[in-house]
Amino acid sequence: MRYLPHTEEDIAEMLQMTGASSLDDLFSSIPEACRRKTDLRLPGPLTEWELNDVMAALAQSMAVAPQYKVFLGAGSYEHHIPASVSYLLGRSEFSTSYTPYQPEISQGTLQALFEYQTFAAFLLGMDVANASLYDGASALAEALLMAARVSRLKKVAVSGLIHPLYRRVIRTYLEPAEFEIIELPFLADGRTDLSKLEGVEGLGAVAIQSPNFFGCIEDLSAVGNLTRDTQTLFITSFTEPLAYGLYKSPGSQGADISCGEGQSFGIPQSYGGPTLGMLACLKRYVRSMPGRLVGMTEDMDGKRGFVLTLATREQHIRREKATSNICTNSSLCAVTAAMYLASLGGTGIRELARLNYDKSEYLKKELRKAGFKIPFAAATFNEFVVEFPPGVETVYQSLIDRKVVAGLPLAPYYPRLPNHYLLCVTETKTKKDIDALVSQLKGWFVKRG
Amino acid sequence: MKEFAGAAGLVLNEPLLFEKGKKGRSGISLPRRDVEFSELDETLTGSGPNFPDLSEVEVVRHYTRLSTWNFGVDTGMYPLGSCTMKYNPKTNEKQAALPGFAGAHPLLPAELSQGALKVMFELERLLAEITGMDAVSLQPAAGAHGELAGMLIFHAYHKSKGSRRSKIIVPDTAHGTNPASAALCGYSPVNVKSNERGVLSAGAIAAVMDDETAGIMVTNPNTLGFFEDNIKEIAEIVHAKGGLMYADGANMNAMLGIVSMGELGIDVLHLNLHKTFSTPHGGGGPGAGPICVRKHLEPFLPAPRILEDNGKYYLSYDFPSSIGKLHAFYGNSGIIVRAYSYILSLGPELKKVSQLAVLNANYIKERLKDTLHLAYDRPCMHECVFSDKLQAPLKITTLDMVKRLIDYGFHPPTIYFPLVVHGAIMIEPTETECKEELDLFVEAFKEVVREAGEDPELLYSAPHRTKVRRLDETGAARNPRLTC
Amino acid sequence: MKDISELLTPHDIRYSRDHEWARLDGKTIRIGVTDYAQDQLGDIVFVEAPEGGKILKKGEECGTLESVKAVAEIYMPVSGEIIGVNTALEQSPDLVNTAPYTDGWIADVKPSDLSEMDGLMAHDAYLEMLKGIKE
Repeated sequence: MRYLPHTEEDIAEMLQMTGASSLDDLFSSIPEACRRKTDLRLPGPLTEWELNDVMAALAQSMAVAPQYKVFLGAGSYEHHIPASVSYLLGRSEFSTSYTPYQPEISQGTLQALFEYQTFAAFLLGMDVANASLYDGASALAEALLMAARVSRLKKVAVSGLIHPLYRRVIRTYLEPAEFEIIELPFLADGRTDLSKLEGVEGLGAVAIQSPNFFGCIEDLSAVGNLTRDTQTLFITSFTEPLAYGLYKSPGSQGADISCGEGQSFGIPQSYGGPTLGMLACLKRYVRSMPGRLVGMTEDMDGKRGFVLTLATREQHIRREKATSNICTNSSLCAVTAAMYLASLGGTGIRELARLNYDKSEYLKKELRKAGFKIPFAAATFNEFVVEFPPGVETVYQSLIDRKVVAGLPLAPYYPRLPNHYLLCVTETKTKKDIDALVSQLKGWFVKRG
Repeated sequence: MKEFAGAAGLVLNEPLLFEKGKKGRSGISLPRRDVEFSELDETLTGSGPNFPDLSEVEVVRHYTRLSTWNFGVDTGMYPLGSCTMKYNPKTNEKQAALPGFAGAHPLLPAELSQGALKVMFELERLLAEITGMDAVSLQPAAGAHGELAGMLIFHAYHKSKGSRRSKIIVPDTAHGTNPASAALCGYSPVNVKSNERGVLSAGAIAAVMDDETAGIMVTNPNTLGFFEDNIKEIAEIVHAKGGLMYADGANMNAMLGIVSMGELGIDVLHLNLHKTFSTPHGGGGPGAGPICVRKHLEPFLPAPRILEDNGKYYLSYDFPSSIGKLHAFYGNSGIIVRAYSYILSLGPELKKVSQLAVLNANYIKERLKDTLHLAYDRPCMHECVFSDKLQAPLKITTLDMVKRLIDYGFHPPTIYFPLVVHGAIMIEPTETECKEELDLFVEAFKEVVREAGEDPELLYSAPHRTKVRRLDETGAARNPRLTC
Repeated sequence: MKDISELLTPHDIRYSRDHEWARLDGKTIRIGVTDYAQDQLGDIVFVEAPEGGKILKKGEECGTLESVKAVAEIYMPVSGEIIGVNTALEQSPDLVNTAPYTDGWIADVKPSDLSEMDGLMAHDAYLEMLKGIKE
């Protein structure tokens, strides 16, 4: 087996040095009662060529571009990934290296992460960003726990337009710590109803997602104004950070902590993971931050270098008093995001964000022209909600048979919104794709009469 | 005289991205604009982030140069104890990159995602077979995430029994994530010392186990490299008081095909796919930390679960006793594909993996035990622990020795962990290192120890051949500079 | 690490078993950590000072000292109210290393029971305790 280099000769020589009579004898210190009763019942081993066939067949069954046109967003976004980024990730010095605890031989990872931290902080308009968490959902959970540590209050207000699956994760994380979670309802225009915050005492944090789950841009400044100079921390969340290439940053609107999902930045969708949890905050909270942090410093010759720093916050030192239990994070995804943002550039991110917006607005316009209802009036980025006439389920299925996935049905998440679908258009969809979608939808509804 | 890998390389300097570039450059091919500009609400728009504009060449050179400053498993041996830095098979990368897996949206209807669902369903069963447990969730994104899931399961189980438990037993050899994860669930850790043989004694556990204790978190083999041979008795003690057994499976590389965790009395176990199952460490992540439970705890597993009906796979959230959700979707599917590929490639030969991992560790132990102080002179599992005791009279520490080891072309072993051994040096070679590499490693360490006696300054100021020398970590912590 | 002969142990103060010191100055007790404590911890990078106005008992945790790789709790050597905190440590935590008994002081306490000073060790007893540790 090509990963096991030992020859019979090697094994014999080494057994002699260890004093064991056989490979089995190496385990003689394990009591007989603890030894496995049966051999491993596993398929394989497969040759490399058999494995290729098995995996190719499984992959073939998946509905992906270019065969399928998938107009889905909702926390996972299809964006073009430049060949240069994929290529650079093939440099195994990045992927096969360990956590940079020995900085002298990890400057590649450390500088790349320092640059990622800078990209994240600049994008979100914050002072510092950490070197990644698992995903946007756990990042939001960690942000709420962090706000509770800082404010010493366990009452939080969470928008009902935060991604439904994120809200489930928050409840799981906060349940053992007995938090009081107030969920904020939404208004007719597709944004959060902030009036429910009025008069609430002892609030440790308010969390709002923008663009929210309906794709709408929230009035973050309004929340910022409410929380400024109070004990309440303002947390903003996001699932599509490309929006900040177009819209005002959370930091410029009073956010204390900004967190979310960075998958849009060059990371393949990969059926939901691995992705990139981003978390950034104001300088004053840095010692309460979860996750690793890379700092700039000098070596004994005065040369610039980078190290993991403020490690006393973390589990391997603080143990049960750590700011989080996180150890392994999403480092390589953070480096991927940095590579992507470096390639995109400041000019490019504005152009790409604008292109996403315009393509999505084009679909909106054409759907309206075709007589379909756009229920929420608030501005959006690259996804929005459409309310279809009753009977849409069969139309949706027919489109799937034609290899088009026309958005995400919202009813399972918002039972009072039947026939509402969340459609996403990124730069990966051409005008032709969009026209085809509209005409197919129109055609099917006409057919149904 | 052997030639060591450590030499002087062609390593170039490279500034920060933010010190490069010129406005107007681009490193990306912007898709064709085939729609009109739409109206924008100017009160909402911002000025965009202050990123540099770089050409593709600048970006490629930047990261190519940075990569040369990094040591990876593909560069050389990483004998990091409890990290299992084994070789990362390239075919795994190829499978994960297949467009059907890499390009898949997690919210596709089940009928359009059968391949990914099947891989996850099958991997759950393979891991159950390997560990001797009954049910698995692949949702946790890392070991610590799996530990959190485990602690939440403990919490939910005890709640369902109407029992309020506030404590959890944590051995002194435990990884820092163990008490940290327990604390997230409101458990106070009760520290227990290992005995003179470096394992837990049943008596020590019996002394602290009561009906306010949720259970115990063990690592087996433990971080000293020893099989916890009293574990069955400990399980009986813990279970007798209504507690549960949690096992940190980080050291599973010693146990494949040798021991069944389920048969030892373990109730909940997490695995690290980025350790035992060969997925790459990525410079700190991503990994995956699946959690395996015995049947009676299956209802508490995170949701959704993957179910199968007549050869068709689908996701279900219909598990009322589930602890809930820990990850936005279903876990790190891309990592899962890699681990699945690895297990299919090895099949029952996984047992050989553990046998050779343990052989390699014992070989190093025997060859180094006259050079370094062996913390416990007993046969070890897949890792062994030394200390700097023999070098103390020379005023040489563990840190000094391992920093010099870098100049010989090796990544240092794990140092100063476990905490129970002062100046600990934990060495885990893994099974993918060949005998010649192990011999070179031993020779290099012997050289370093010889230098410690003859020319200690070489060690104090090591490493010498790296891109940067020893860094001012104190300054970095006193005045943190975390962005450009 | 310093040799025991190199450690500073002034005579005009009292010592706790956890390596804090206490100096009576009029009606106020000034507290800090000993030369041994700072030597063990290494370069101090951050001091989490006790909160002004807080009333704590002898032996209670009142703050922490952080080095790059470790954290140590500071325990009250005497009971009382925190009436002053050395704010210089915010910018210069290294004062705890360079001047642990003078400029590196940590807090001023209004003692609730002055007799507690008698329960602390004088110079000789502390030195004996250190010798015991070093062996």
